[in-house]
Amino acid sequence: MKKIAISFIIFLIFNSYSFALIKVDITRGNLDPLPIAVSPLHVDDKSENIKDLDVKNLGASISSIIEKNFKSTGLFNPLKKEAFVQKPDIAHLKPRFEDWRLIKAQALVTGKLSINENKLKVEFRLWDLTASKEMIALSFTTTPSNWRRVAHIISDKIYERLTGEDGYFDTRIIYVAESGPKDQRVKKLAIMDQDGSRTKYLTLGNELVLTPRFNPSNQMVTYLSYFRNLPRVYLLDIETGKQEVVGNFPGMTFAPRFSPDGKKIIMSFAKDGNSDIYTMDLETRIVERITDHSSIDTSPSYSPDGKYISFNSDRSGLQQIYVMKSDGSNVKRITFGNGIYGTPVWSPRGDLIAFTKMRKGKFYIGVMRSDGSGERLLTENFYQEAPSWSPNGRVLVFYRETKSGPDGKGFSAKLWSIDITGYNERKIQTETDASDPSWSSLLSK
Amino acid sequence: MKFNKNLKNVLLIIFATLALSACSTAKKSQTSGDVYTGTDTVEYLASGVKDRVFFATNKSSLTSASRETLRKQATFLRKNKKLNVTIEGHADERGTREYNLALGERRANAVKDYLMTYGISGKRISVISYGKERPVNSESTPLAWSQNRRSVTVKVK
Repeated sequence: MKKIAISFIIFLIFNSYSFALIKVDITRGNLDPLPIAVSPLHVDDKSENIKDLDVKNLGASISSIIEKNFKSTGLFNPLKKEAFVQKPDIAHLKPRFEDWRLIKAQALVTGKLSINENKLKVEFRLWDLTASKEMIALSFTTTPSNWRRVAHIISDKIYERLTGEDGYFDTRIIYVAESGPKDQRVKKLAIMDQDGSRTKYLTLGNELVLTPRFNPSNQMVTYLSYFRNLPRVYLLDIETGKQEVVGNFPGMTFAPRFSPDGKKIIMSFAKDGNSDIYTMDLETRIVERITDHSSIDTSPSYSPDGKYISFNSDRSGLQQIYVMKSDGSNVKRITFGNGIYGTPVWSPRGDLIAFTKMRKGKFYIGVMRSDGSGERLLTENFYQEAPSWSPNGRVLVFYRETKSGPDGKGFSAKLWSIDITGYNERKIQTETDASDPSWSSLLSK
Repeated sequence: MKFNKNLKNVLLIIFATLALSACSTAKKSQTSGDVYTGTDTVEYLASGVKDRVFFATNKSSLTSASRETLRKQATFLRKNKKLNVTIEGHADERGTREYNLALGERRANAVKDYLMTYGISGKRISVISYGKERPVNSESTPLAWSQNRRSVTVKVK
């Protein structure tokens, strides 16, 4: 009780716009997730029927997506519906706060929906049960087929209200879908919603594809393809399916990423046994060489302001992470710990760099400040790599291969996520084996 | 504490003995350092001409055995003037994907450069790196990794 009183006072002082009691601290591992009741959205009786859509259960479907999103954060504990004390439509009008508090809920989500003239209208409210107050009320109108996105947008709004940070639910992940034996692995580009639903395959698997990455507006993807046995960086328009080679390089180009303004692609170009970092402006087609060193320079990633580039290089002997200005000047090594470091990826908040570390036969995903200080290893395993940031910079998605047989034979590759606190490690469900994930930015921004 | 220390020493000796005996039986004929020296995965371009050479972890330098293999490949290529080849560079799975692509390219070019010093025109040799994407041995063992760190010379049809 004392704790609540203290946080109440602090809240009043620092958040004068709000009288809410509940707030979720996401800066540390949350061992005491917030109990939240997500009431099924009430479906208006007069709603039209829509082909291929179970309108009667749409409210329950939306609330279950919201619950699944909340559960995946590790910050919320969605309560079982059997214990709910009010019918959805009545709770949405006016919750009996004391009854909801009895089932130990601290926050309540209610809502209703209707479909008229082929438009889906969804309204929801978030209630602070401790303070007996409404925290947000919003409504959306969209085409009925967008109902999953509505569930994700509602999740984002609630997450934002309760944590004070941007959400990351209305997002997609592009990755490489894998199948077949390891020595003849078939790899396809695939895209899905952040929660693993609505998977779509973008290539057929006729040629090897690797390392897809979104552009800032999530319309384009850059990746490596072995089309015609010529490994080159490609650009793909997700909507139209149009593909093109990036630049006209007389050799392998690889490790592509977009610049934060989306105007350039930064990548490695390998020639005569030496890999250096180049950029190409997508509009002017001007190619610039950024590094010129006899070592392997690869895995470049821009800082979110575009002023710096982190990359990995073996110029000191083994792979280490370096940071330089975006014109290639002022190269500084930032990793000096025991082990080999690769795949640096700058956080969208700019403060941290995520990386893959190899040491004594183990692989780690970790984060450090952009000057190399404050290294924290989040997860250790036999083999894992390729972290990609959630758009709010709170969660990393990466992939992990596990041996499935006792003698080293057989393996499976899956996507996993982990909070940068090091807590809440989760496997992400994918239809096939999966690798090389890239997380989009928020689609609704 | 002292007992613990003694126990630790004894255990160390046991482990060392085990490690040595393991080396002296199965792996002795298979690797030197961590470079594969066996022939289980090797194919031949012609009688006595091995198609591949092996590398140490994270390295692209040629061992004396590799140079001998490549000298034979150069002789074979000199005799077959119309034949072009592709050198495939590969890495083991114990590295990040992008770095391994660069490493495979570096290994393939080390082979290309060596063949060129024996008078084979660079125009007859193309290189491609597969990084760790096409292992010859799918297991996750030190032996498999040593077989996968390779450059393979493939005839262009």
